[in-house]
Amino acid sequence: MTLALPRQAVRTKDGGPLRPRRRPSPLHLLLIPLSLVMLAPLIWMVLLSISTQAETRRFPPGLPGGVHWQNYVDAWHQGPFGHWLLNSTVVSVTCVLGNLVFCALAGYAFARIPFLGSRVLFVLVLATLMVPFQIVMLPTLIVVRDLHLTDTLGALIAPNLATPFGVFLMRQFFTTVPRELEEAARIDGAGRLRTLVRVLLPLMGPTLATLAVLTFLNVWNDFLWPLIAIQSPGNMTVQMGLQNFQGSHLTNWPVLMAGTVTSQIPVLVLFVIAQRFFVRSIASSGFK
Amino acid sequence: MAVATARRPTGRRAARAERKRGGRFRRADHLAGWAFVSPAVLLIAVFGLVPVLWSVLLSFQQTDLTSPGTWSGAANYQKMVHDPVFWQAARQTLYYCLMFVPVTMVLAIPIAVLLNQKVRGMTFYRMAVFAPLVTSTVATGVIFSWLYNPQIGLINAGLDKLGLPQQGFFQSTGEALPAVVGMTVWGWLGFAVIIYLSALQNVPRELMEAAALDGCGRVKAFWKVELPLLAPASSFLLVWLTINALQLFDEVYVTTKGGPLHASTVLVYYLYQQAFVDFDGGYAAAIGCALFVVILIVTVVQLWLGRRSSHYEAG
Repeated sequence: MTLALPRQAVRTKDGGPLRPRRRPSPLHLLLIPLSLVMLAPLIWMVLLSISTQAETRRFPPGLPGGVHWQNYVDAWHQGPFGHWLLNSTVVSVTCVLGNLVFCALAGYAFARIPFLGSRVLFVLVLATLMVPFQIVMLPTLIVVRDLHLTDTLGALIAPNLATPFGVFLMRQFFTTVPRELEEAARIDGAGRLRTLVRVLLPLMGPTLATLAVLTFLNVWNDFLWPLIAIQSPGNMTVQMGLQNFQGSHLTNWPVLMAGTVTSQIPVLVLFVIAQRFFVRSIASSGFK
Repeated sequence: MAVATARRPTGRRAARAERKRGGRFRRADHLAGWAFVSPAVLLIAVFGLVPVLWSVLLSFQQTDLTSPGTWSGAANYQKMVHDPVFWQAARQTLYYCLMFVPVTMVLAIPIAVLLNQKVRGMTFYRMAVFAPLVTSTVATGVIFSWLYNPQIGLINAGLDKLGLPQQGFFQSTGEALPAVVGMTVWGWLGFAVIIYLSALQNVPRELMEAAALDGCGRVKAFWKVELPLLAPASSFLLVWLTINALQLFDEVYVTTKGGPLHASTVLVYYLYQQAFVDFDGGYAAAIGCALFVVILIVTVVQLWLGRRSSHYEAG
């Protein structure tokens, strides 16, 4: 990430093959410092993670003399980061799948099937949309305990398996699909479920992907719920594990930062690959 | 079921209408409808709807959340009114909102305008601005506790270079909360920029061309044409950022733990402390209900603002 900047700048100075005479825009003078300020915390996170402990105690802080990979090995062994990453993956992926299936089914029914009580149910779902999590977390903890899920991954999955936001997003999508499409299928004798899977599913790509991205980000980065629902280190998610790790490595900055980098790599890599997609998802739903 | 029988005619009429349009289900529609929505509705009811009502009940109880509670009337609310730390937390939450929301919005507009230009390497610049968005709150806290570290942190080193005095940041009662603001603005700026950027990209090209034809300069066109068109995005952000600012917890927990001397204790952090450190679940639920009322008020204001600014979009 640090290497990309000089290369970009040089390429602009040379000018691309299409517009050889064009001078670089003066806007770079604003954009480069802006990017540096926004990236500085992340750049320093990486730099510290490859420093030695002595190097992090200098003031003012400077660049590390060499790459000290040992920090990553230490972090990997001292905090079971591999285990935590696996837990986070299991929880996030299950919640994404749950949301895709349950919210698509419910969204379709609310938009298209005239059934008794649909309006009342939908209003109830909408009402929970604006309830902040902190209000419901105490009773949810009791619910989870009554379901015998305390301190298991199930406690992290169940409350996020279907979200009011997902139902709302899906219903909005189905109201925009022309009715004629499914009616044709129904005249041909296809049932509701078959119409949904065979005819409508292929059109749902972007909406499903938006829901998947937002659910994944939300569940992966969630901290407060795992903090109160999980006690044993073996069932921690990576965010909670990192916080736990921080508590035991308060003065060992290189290993702590190596752990932090490890915990962020999966999402950062996904983000770099699918940046446009992340941005579109957030812009289209106004949701973080 | 009783409700279902009573309202049968409406359902039948709807079913008949559906049949006219070529549908072939009547009773089957009700069955299908309920079958399709029940998994999601059941989950949302158990983990969303029931807990809200339960939370209200808890706020009238004395409970540690592990054993059954006892009814205590409005005792928790009375305690809240007379609790100086609660009011300190409320004041600090308000102070945090008043700093975090305007700073984020004011910084986001020029950055969105910059990122909306056609310049080489824009993908990289956008990525740089959006990267904090996917950085988790815990990681943000860890990184900023080093950046703000009074002895070895990068920010004090920068101040040193500029000949400015060293600061305590998270370790100083006066600076802890502003330092939290700085950290969360970094984390949320990308979100605000995305919202403004998509609003800017929706500004009709003809509008800007017409302004240019009328002899309107680029700068004037921004102030007179683009900025007014950002009003709906601004009203959305104002509310969304405020609601999220009221719920600040993660970053405080990871960095200052509400300290020093409660200087950065915000409402949700205080709620957490009451429930899981002092085991006063009833009082924590009462704080949660109070917070919910505030958030509801903000949401109602949003609906009102949204209706007022919607004729901008139409025009």
